[in-house]
Formats: sequence, C-alpha cells, structure tokens
Amino acid sequence: MINSPFVRKAASVQQVMLQVLLALVPGIAAYVWFFGAGILVQLALASAAALAGEAAMLAIRGKPKALFLGDLSAIVTAWLIALTFPPIVPWWLTVTATLLAIVVVKQLYGGLGQNPFNPAMAAFCLMIVAYPALMSQWPAAGQLDFSSQLQLIFGGARQVDAITGATPLDALRTALRAAANPDSQLHGLRAAQLMDGPAYGMLGGKGGEWVTLGFLLGGLWLLQRRIITWHIPGAFCLALAASAGLLWAVRPEGFASPVFHLASGGAMLGAFFILTDPVSGATTPRGKLLFAAGAGVLTFVIRAFGAYPDGVAFATLLMNLCVPLIDMNTQAPVFGHKKD
Amino acid sequence: MLRKLFKFHGGVKPQTNKVQSTTQPIAPVPLPERLVIPLHQAVGGHPRPLVAPGDKVFKGQRIGGADGSLSSAVHASTSGIVRDVAPALMPHTSGLTTLSVVIEPDGEDRWGELDKVNYRTTPPDELRDFLRDAGVVGLGGAVFPSYAKLKPGKEGRLKTLVINGAECEPFITCDDLLMRERAADMLKGIVAMRHMLQAEEVLIGIEDNKPEAVAAVQTAIAASGQTGIEAVAIPTRYPAGGAKQLIRVLTGIEVPHGRRSTDFGVQCFNVGTAYSIFEALEFGRPLISRVVTVAGNVDLPRNYEVLIGTPMDHVVRLSGARADTDRYIMGGPMMGVRLPAFDVPVVKATNCILVGSPALFPPPPPEMPCIRCGECAKACPADLAPFEMYWFSRSKNFGKAQEYHLFDCIECGCCSFVCPSHIPLVDYFRFSKSEIWARERDKSSSDAARDRFEFKNFRQEREKQEKAEKLAAKAAATREKVAADSQAGTANPAAEAPDTAKPTAPSAEDTKRALIAAAMEKARQQKAQVAPKNTEQLSAETQADIDAIEARRAVSAATPPTPDA
Repeated sequence: MINSPFVRKAASVQQVMLQVLLALVPGIAAYVWFFGAGILVQLALASAAALAGEAAMLAIRGKPKALFLGDLSAIVTAWLIALTFPPIVPWWLTVTATLLAIVVVKQLYGGLGQNPFNPAMAAFCLMIVAYPALMSQWPAAGQLDFSSQLQLIFGGARQVDAITGATPLDALRTALRAAANPDSQLHGLRAAQLMDGPAYGMLGGKGGEWVTLGFLLGGLWLLQRRIITWHIPGAFCLALAASAGLLWAVRPEGFASPVFHLASGGAMLGAFFILTDPVSGATTPRGKLLFAAGAGVLTFVIRAFGAYPDGVAFATLLMNLCVPLIDMNTQAPVFGHKKD
Repeated sequence: MLRKLFKFHGGVKPQTNKVQSTTQPIAPVPLPERLVIPLHQAVGGHPRPLVAPGDKVFKGQRIGGADGSLSSAVHASTSGIVRDVAPALMPHTSGLTTLSVVIEPDGEDRWGELDKVNYRTTPPDELRDFLRDAGVVGLGGAVFPSYAKLKPGKEGRLKTLVINGAECEPFITCDDLLMRERAADMLKGIVAMRHMLQAEEVLIGIEDNKPEAVAAVQTAIAASGQTGIEAVAIPTRYPAGGAKQLIRVLTGIEVPHGRRSTDFGVQCFNVGTAYSIFEALEFGRPLISRVVTVAGNVDLPRNYEVLIGTPMDHVVRLSGARADTDRYIMGGPMMGVRLPAFDVPVVKATNCILVGSPALFPPPPPEMPCIRCGECAKACPADLAPFEMYWFSRSKNFGKAQEYHLFDCIECGCCSFVCPSHIPLVDYFRFSKSEIWARERDKSSSDAARDRFEFKNFRQEREKQEKAEKLAAKAAATREKVAADSQAGTANPAAEAPDTAKPTAPSAEDTKRALIAAAMEKARQQKAQVAPKNTEQLSAETQADIDAIEARRAVSAATPPTPDA
C-alpha cells in the first residue's frame, strides 16, 4: 500500500552525484591543461576499481547491483581519490587505494549512507602513511608529457626523484623552515621572495592555482544548484584563511599568506567537494559551521606544523570523528520552541 | 495590503493542478439510491444512534446524538427511510468499518422542523450546544468539533481570529469555489464566530494563487461594512494552509505542539466551517452537505455540493472517471488517504475525491539508503530533522525519535516529497507514532491490570475474613438453634421425629453435621448465583444451538466412541 504523499519531486541520489561529477569537470579540465592527460588515466583507473569493488561487495551483501552502481557515489569517491593523489602514482596504488575506500571504508560499514569517514580521504591517509614517498612526488606544471606520465603510471622502475618534487605547499614550508635557519643560504628570505621561483604562480603553485580555481567554479555551481549549502565551504575557507592570516600577520617571514593557503593543495576541493560529503559530514546548519571551521583550522595546523604535504585529508577524518557529537549538540529548536 | 507577513521554515512547491477544477461553478448532485452516514465523523466521542431500521427521517433530522465531553451530532442528509444501522466500510485506508445509518431517500428531500437561534442574544454556552447539535465540525480536514473551539481563552477575548482559505494542497479547490461563490454568507458566519470569540481582528488567509477568491472576499468585506476584517493574500507555498503555518504567516506566532492557540490569543477556522456556521445560525440547517472537489483522472474536474453519506463513485460518475482509474484518494496528493473501495461515503472530512491512476501517481522509484543530505530538514515546516527521526524510527528507538520531536511532525509529506533517496519518511513517522501510542496503551492497560489484580487479592482476603467472621457468628446461632430444637425434640419426641427409631438427645456430632449441611447448601446457592455469566440473556437462536450441543454431548456420552472410529 502506497501512502501519501502520492507525488514526489524529481530528485534522486544519482542526480545529486551526477551534478557533483559535473562540477568537478572545470577543475579536471584545468588539470589536464597544465599537468597533462595522465590524470585522465588515473580517473579511469580509479573509476574502474571503484565499480569493480562496489559490484563485488554488493554481490556478497546481496544488494541490487544495478541500483547501487547506478547511484554514481562510487565514481565520486573514485574521482576524489584520483584528484587528490599525485597524478603519476603507479596504477596499483590508485587501484589499491580505491578498493580500500570502497570495500573497507564504505561497504564494510554498510554501504551508501553508512560510512562514518569520507572514503576518499581515508584512502588518502592510509596511502600517505603506507607510501609516503610515492604520495609526495608531484610533477611541476608542463614538466612531463603524456607518454612519460604513462610510463610512470604503468612502468616498473621509477626514477622520478630527479624530475618531480614536492607540492608548492610542501616546498614553501620546507623553504620557510630553511629560511629560519641561519646556516641556510635561504636565510632571511620571506615567503613572497621564496615564491619568486618558476614553481609558483600568482596565488599558489603554478598551474595548481588554476586547477583550484576550477574546483572553486564547480563548487559555486553546486551552491547555485543547491546541492550544497554555503555553510561548509564558507566556514572552512574563513577558518583556514583566518588561522593562516593570524600567524602570517604576526610573523610574515615564517608563514605563507592566507591566499596561498586557499589557492593551494586540496583547499577548494576540500571546501566544496570533500567536506560537503553529507554522509560523513555534519548536517545541522550550526553543526556544519563548527565542522568545517574545525577542519579549516586543523588543515592549517597540519600544513604549517605537520610533516605531510597537505592537511585537508587528516583534518577531514578528524572532524568526521566529531560529527555525531556536533550533530547531537547543534539541533535547531523546532517550530514553536524557539526563543525570540 | 501592506500587512507584514511572516515566513515559516521549509515548505515545498508541488504542481498545484488547481485550474482544471475551477472553470465550472459548484454543481448539485442528484440524490443517490442510498446514503450511508457514519455516526463517527468528527474528532471526539462516538455519537449514539437515535434512529432504528424502519424509521422515517426528515432532512436535517438528528440521527446521531453527541456523546461525551467532545462529540458532534450527525444528521440525515435527506428525507427517507432508515434501512439499517450497522457497521459499514469507512473512508479510511485501514478498511475498517464503523457504525453507520443507511438511509433510502424518498426523493422528497423534505426538511424537518429546524431550530434557529440568534447568536447575539443567546448565551455562549447554549450557542455552543446548538452548534454541537448542528454537527458543525472543522471542514479543513481535521473535523474537530467547532463548538469546542469557539471559546475565547482565559481572558475572555481573543486577539486574532484566523480564517483559513489558504487551501495549499494541490488539486483541491473546494474552498476557492466556496469563497468565490458564497463569500458574503461565509462572512456572516465569520462575524458570528468573531462575536463568540470576542476577537479583536479577523485575518482571512488565502494563497495568492487564488486572486478571484481574494477579490470576492474583499468585495464581500467592503459590502458588509465590517471593520477589522481583512482578506490577506499569502505566498503560495505548501503547507501554508496548515493551521500552525497559517497562524505563523499571518501573526508571526508559533503555536508549539500540544498548546492551544487561544493561549496565544489566536484561533483558526476553515472557510467552509465559517459557511456551515452561517447555515446553522441563519437557517438552523445542520451540517448535512459540503463542497467536494472531484479532480485527477477525470474528464471534467469540478466542485460539487455533496450530501454527507453519498457514495463517492456516485459523485465521481458525474465527472467521468477515466478507464485506467485504480484508486480514489480522499484529500490531496500530499496528505490524502487512499480509500479501500470506490463506494465509500462522502463524510464531513471529504474536501476532495482525488481520482488516481498509475500514470497520474506512479509508484515511487526504489527506496535507497539515506545519504543525510538534509533536504528533508530544509523542507520541514516544523523545523524538524526528519532524517534523524527516520534513523531512530527505523531502528525502533522510539525514545530517541521522541527526543527529536517526533510528535511535532504534522505529516505534511514535504520530507517524502523532496527525498532524493525516495524514502517514505512520513510512513516511518506514522509507524513510530502508532507504535508509541500502542505501547502507551499497553502500559496503561497493564498498569490498570496490575491495580485490578492487587485490589482483587485485597478484596478476596477481606472477603475471606468477613466470611469467616460471618460463619463463626452463624455457627454460634445454629448451635443455639439446634440446642433449642433438641430441647423441643426431647419434650415431644413422637411428634418431631416419628421415623427415628431411637430418639436420643443430639450429640455434638449431629450439630456438626447440621452445620456442614447448612454450609454446603449455602455454597451451592452461591455457586448457582455466580457461575454461568456468558450464557445469560441469550438470543433464541443461540439458546437453540446450545440445546442442540448439549443434546449431542448427552448422546456421545451415552455411546462411548469406538477406538477405531
């Protein structure tokens, strides 16, 4: 027996996920433009692994395969993995990470809607702990052509140290630490001077800043489509900029500017695509603000004082842990129980 | 028109589908062959039947009397003969039956004698009794007895009387047409209600997708010369016609769940109710018909003035239901109830018969897991977090569901409407509410049973004690009597005991035997009094059945069954 309501809005999980994927396209386009088509190979690898892992788990769990593979949530996870990993990691790393995300972090917890952690970010953290070297090799913009990227992805022996380096975030932090050291030849240089090199663009890393802007564009479109609300990106960017700005204002010779932080690494991807994952994120308006602000501050702290190239992934997982507590304590008053 | 309006949180904008049924005026319906009038049509106690099969009734004659502190009378919708007073299928999804009066119209449609009152001179209590006996209930769908709401709050007066002409449900246009065609009379009803409630101002809220109705009501207000009554066009957004949402929009006041709106100086009535109050006070006519929209899968959607008790298919036939019709829904597509049959009667709660088909209302796509996207919370007009309540309802964690204000849910359907995972959220909440009610009932009945049991133990103990005392007293009395008798016997043994071979003085044993015999006789009598309860007051047929069974048992006892049989 079907009860009221008898009419429904034309909305589905599939549509939501499809729009998230579409919103990633501008960022991906910039990525391909500046860093080569290798990322497309990674996206394909991750997507295939995600679908295979999801299908296998759905079969084991006795769930309808077409329905759940069609919801596109596995593809979103796959794309986020590919986009947050260095584009030249070997194929097996991408595949393993994606399988871990889908099989362990998502399906073993109960599948769609049940995972307490963001699968892509959990996979990122696992891999950066397990393969710190591979996960830290980023090519500079325009440095590698497609065939050498393919060779790196599918080839056996890697001699990449010579041709790739750290992310601009990582590099700048290292340089800033060196600048603080009186023995270093960089001693006394400020962030602005350090960023004078060919690896840097106007705001952040060269090329990377455009990718970030692409994600910002897609994110704004998601906002306009009401797939996400302003709370999480707003609070995250504000918190990241504020905490970076505070230390930068106090000691500009030791820290990068807030603009650099916003334009670098996974900031925009995190703000609009990762932290906004509804399943593992906070749900109440106030909760979203707290959740994203916490992630923003943690991201900065990990970037500035930690050992990893970027802080978004760890910040996301740490804040995922806090979600039940945040949600429970930020329920808005209901109709008739508000205090005027 | 510069009144400041307020917003309620959430809400949705489903396709309104209202234009189709507003092109034609309200039409009458020919008398059906048979009217089935359920006695229980309104919130509150079940009215008791006042007629019996074979009775002749007039139009407007009371056939169900209000019973209990909150109840509302029911009337014959036309003149005719009562054919039956029996349970009949009610217009409800459950498919349950309810005691109904079946009337065969005589075709004369003759009114009985009607009482009229002057609402300005009649004391409020009498006026309320009059409206109760006129069967006036809320026609917006909640069918709450109106008399019970026509009491001003503690202060004896009211700030705002809100009249609900919002009609936010898709497809339904009965209030719209009523306002267009009968605004002046409806206004007279409103003036009477305002008088009863001593209301300072009257705000008639109408969604702005009904400009004709707004204009008609404004014209009527201007023509009446009344002041302090205003027709207010409010933004079209479902469920703006929910009483609490409308009060919020017009006054900014949020009436919490479980509180009376009069505590906040506001009371709310539907426009149809106002019109039926006018009919009752002006002509003495009880509520025997209402405007009903027939819409959906029909050739000619329109509104009808329908007698209460008319079978729905009799009305729908006039609009021409299409071939693929698979259901009737009472109410709109957001909150309506699917009916168990096509011939269930129109009742006071029937604002719309929505004719459905699989094409018009396709089954929902398969249910997916909740992804906590929060769309339901964004759409909830009660500011709830439906996905959290869903989670707790699903795991039957009803305590938690209540902590998240399950009972503040008005079941408007907005959450189910927007859910991208196609989860029938409202169904989960209905389920949880009924489970909680059932548990509370069980608990209170088990509490009552425990009390009863404890009292029974106490009573038995007390009775035992009293009996023992009584017996002791009686024994003493009997002993004296026996002693006296035996003395008399000794005095005249031949006369007293001619058969006794050896009349001797009664021993102590004889006394004891007499006592036992007296006690046994008494016990036998008591047993005869107490034992057979459920075989008292039997009908002739049942008694005949029992006799037959007893006879069979006697025969089978006489002829023991053979082991091989």
